[in-house]
Amino acid sequence: MATTTAPPQARSRSVFSRPTALDGFKGYLATTDHKKIGIMYFWSVMLFFFLGGVTAWIIRAQLASAESTLVTEEVYNQAFTLHGLTMVFLVVMPLGAAFFNYLIPLQIGARDVAFPRLNAFSFWTFLFGGLFLYSSVLFNAIPNGGWFGYAPLSTQIPGDNMAFYAVGLQIVGISSLSAAVNFITTILNMRAPGMTFMRMPVFTWMTLVTNFLLLFALPIIAVALFMLNGDVVFGTQFFQPATGGDPVLWQHLFWLFGHPEVYIMILPAMGIVSEVMPTFSRKPLFGYAAMVFAGVAIGFIGFGVWAHHMFTSAVGPVARSAFGLTTMFIAVPTGIKIFNWVFTMWGGKVKFTTAMLFSVGFVSMFTIGGLSGVTHAIVPHDAQQTDTYWIVAHFHYVLFGGALFGLVSGIYYYFPKVTGKLLGEKLGKWHFWTWLLGFNLTFGPMHMSGLLGQPRRTAVLPAELGTDVALYNVLSTAGVAVLTVSASIFLFNLVTSLRSGEASGDDPWDARTLEWMTPSPTPYVNFYEIPEVTARDEFWERKYAEAEDGSLRPVPAGASQDHDPSTSPASADEHGDEFPATAGGTATVDTSGNAKASPDDVALPEDEALAKATPDDHGGDTEHIHMPDPSYWPLIMCVGLLPLGYGLTFANPALLVVGALWLMMGLFGWILEPVAEGDDDDPEPSAAAA
Amino acid sequence: MSAAVEETSLGLDNRKLAMWVFLGSEFMFFGAFITAYLMYLNTTAGGPDGEIFDIVYTSVSSFVLLMSSLTMVLAHHAHEQGDMRRMRMWILATAFQGLVFVGGQAYEFTKFFKEGLVPTASPFASSFFVLTGFHGVHVTVGIIMLLGLWSYSRVGKVKASQPLKTEIIGLYWHFVDVIWVIIFVVVYLIPWG
Amino acid sequence: MSDATTADATTQAAHHDEPTVRQYVEIAGALSVLTLMEFSTYFVEFGWLHIPILLTLMAIKFGLIVGFFMHLKYDTRLYTRLMVTGLVGALTLYGIAFLAIAEVPTLMGS
Repeated sequence: MATTTAPPQARSRSVFSRPTALDGFKGYLATTDHKKIGIMYFWSVMLFFFLGGVTAWIIRAQLASAESTLVTEEVYNQAFTLHGLTMVFLVVMPLGAAFFNYLIPLQIGARDVAFPRLNAFSFWTFLFGGLFLYSSVLFNAIPNGGWFGYAPLSTQIPGDNMAFYAVGLQIVGISSLSAAVNFITTILNMRAPGMTFMRMPVFTWMTLVTNFLLLFALPIIAVALFMLNGDVVFGTQFFQPATGGDPVLWQHLFWLFGHPEVYIMILPAMGIVSEVMPTFSRKPLFGYAAMVFAGVAIGFIGFGVWAHHMFTSAVGPVARSAFGLTTMFIAVPTGIKIFNWVFTMWGGKVKFTTAMLFSVGFVSMFTIGGLSGVTHAIVPHDAQQTDTYWIVAHFHYVLFGGALFGLVSGIYYYFPKVTGKLLGEKLGKWHFWTWLLGFNLTFGPMHMSGLLGQPRRTAVLPAELGTDVALYNVLSTAGVAVLTVSASIFLFNLVTSLRSGEASGDDPWDARTLEWMTPSPTPYVNFYEIPEVTARDEFWERKYAEAEDGSLRPVPAGASQDHDPSTSPASADEHGDEFPATAGGTATVDTSGNAKASPDDVALPEDEALAKATPDDHGGDTEHIHMPDPSYWPLIMCVGLLPLGYGLTFANPALLVVGALWLMMGLFGWILEPVAEGDDDDPEPSAAAA
Repeated sequence: MSAAVEETSLGLDNRKLAMWVFLGSEFMFFGAFITAYLMYLNTTAGGPDGEIFDIVYTSVSSFVLLMSSLTMVLAHHAHEQGDMRRMRMWILATAFQGLVFVGGQAYEFTKFFKEGLVPTASPFASSFFVLTGFHGVHVTVGIIMLLGLWSYSRVGKVKASQPLKTEIIGLYWHFVDVIWVIIFVVVYLIPWG
Repeated sequence: MSDATTADATTQAAHHDEPTVRQYVEIAGALSVLTLMEFSTYFVEFGWLHIPILLTLMAIKFGLIVGFFMHLKYDTRLYTRLMVTGLVGALTLYGIAFLAIAEVPTLMGS
């Protein structure tokens, strides 16, 4: 490798000069900025969401009438497999990752994640993994064994279809694993001074739990996928009953990963809702500690319920009873969360902005999905439901009605943070109500058709199920049409708001947490000065204090704890107890239902709180702030995953060697390049002063 | 970003923390392979079973890998003392022992192939080869990292003031060794019969 | 975990307690002896104690390597917790999965 022989001290020791552009196309290709990576995650998700929608249409069009012959069974199998894979691995998970990326450093008061280039690597790996999966179209080998890939079906399907499944998911898994290491390190180790664990925003907490789940669940699916890959491509015998292999092993490994995966998808949405609800209820989150505890408990118990996916499979009565019990247990922390969200709204001055509507939609729809979920814990009941549309209805209520509603709520809530513009409220409300209607129209009837016996994963709707079931299916298909209209409204809203949205100001929602202390859109360095955290709702505490009658009033300029420690308010746990009345008068805070908080409402506190975040104090000088430089290496290294992936798919040793060497080359180039130019990652004492 | 250690929330270095986080997940990775192996101990489809293992041979190569942990920790120790010449010597010794181990494994595999134990023979054979094979891949990656460390320290990219770099690679190396400590007993020595 | 912020920061200072070269070599000697003992079980008959002996020897070796070579004894307890989480998690989850798989043929046999 030529790169290793270059003199070590030379500025340009790479094979090409280090990218410097921060903007434009090149700026995105080489970026290590967590905010740009988050935005790229978002737009990639939009692409895959469109593709997931197309596959959904194939399914619903086929099932719109009984005994339909619109598509062949093969096409149907490919459509529902691809739909599941896309929505789970290429939409919900990475949309969560988009929020992790954009928000976590902002919420904990950091300038970037712990490993910015690894972060870029995670994104490119995810994108290439998704494209790899979809490249199966070119080889006429679209995965067709279901997103669950049950052996021995998956090992016996002729062709490369399930090889694409195994390798594609493996690549996406690498992305998530490296991201998990990165975000755990970031959250544990890069919090702003004063931000203890119990002062972290709930979204940060849920991100931490999610990434621990990823960390411990992904190795399991990696092993399962390696085994499947071996069985399908290289002739190993893991799941081959002919030589004594046990297909149930696949089910155990898959669901050992698969059930934590469910919580990996839902917890980020729960975190977002826990940010949105207090802001628009103008109350602190009810039961913060219980909320955090419940999230952690869900993480733990989530690992111990996997066999409830297998009650009708080869699982004995002891295991059935045990897993039935744990499945009921997990409803407890989930219930705690639901009640806490309701109590957060209770007595609050609730503003029904679009973001808030989606959050309320999340709580309601997720509750329905949760209740149908608890029925699965009852083994005999589950035996009746298995492989019917009841299950399809259930997991769409938790993943669409749950995760996706929460994440869309986050899009409306954080759009001003990212762009400095508001995402249109009028169209937003149209989006919400059509979304809610279309969603319930699509998946509500599936409860009924499922209980009436409609089998899932079946290409043809049997006419013998009767006209009721046929009607429910027509309704479901109509629901998808409504959802399509709704998604178009959303896309239109997104594009027009990006072009000509109303300016939002820095803090349009009168929000509570650190990320809103930065100007909108967030500057490159995030914080011009890292804030000192003294309270749970730090930004809120800087803006408001509670008067003796319990009403809120703005903290007058100059009275904030940053400027005068003697008047510092009590900590979050006991705020309002003994706050000195430095300014008389009653609360003057505007709490009307105005979604677009006018700047005057909060001008007084906001100027004060934002003072530390504006560049003016420092003469706009951001030169002294140490930021990671852009780098091409993550992208270059990721390219090597493609030959490696195709090598594993087609059992091609040459491609495997090329891929491995390419990855090694990329790794060495990566290591040779310092995180930032003119910098060593272990600064010598003399260099540190500069 | 590489903020000085004192500035981090836990007072720990990001890179070392990340390595430990990663190693935590690696237990889940090897655990699944070991589970599959134990499950398929007697599922040999009439082919060779665990009787085929050459305990003496494997004990020697296991011992070599075990001792590579000693040279690894001595390399880290030398680096901490700023003795780069000795550090490089121990790094090379570690990489060499790793190579001996991987070479020994390759030879063992070819011997098994000749005796009919191939990955496609039975679930037992598949799980044996995938378990030990992935461990071998880990050792190989470790050797590449050691040789990278060695060459970077020669050209001054890894400085005497940065023992942490040796320590982190060492953590990985010791982990791979510890996994073999488990595999050696569970796969080779225990007569599950 | 909430006390980690303050408690763990102090453990960095404990670095100078690390073993000397001599101690490292002694630990390696102990590891060698343990390996030899493991090896000897191949030739000596221990009856029902056979597997417990081997597992105990394995655990001691494991502890020596992670404790001294990987410095867990001297480092912040967070690292130990991370490792133990992975180890205990793997043992528990795969243990339960193993039992669940083993339960099925038992039923069929009866």
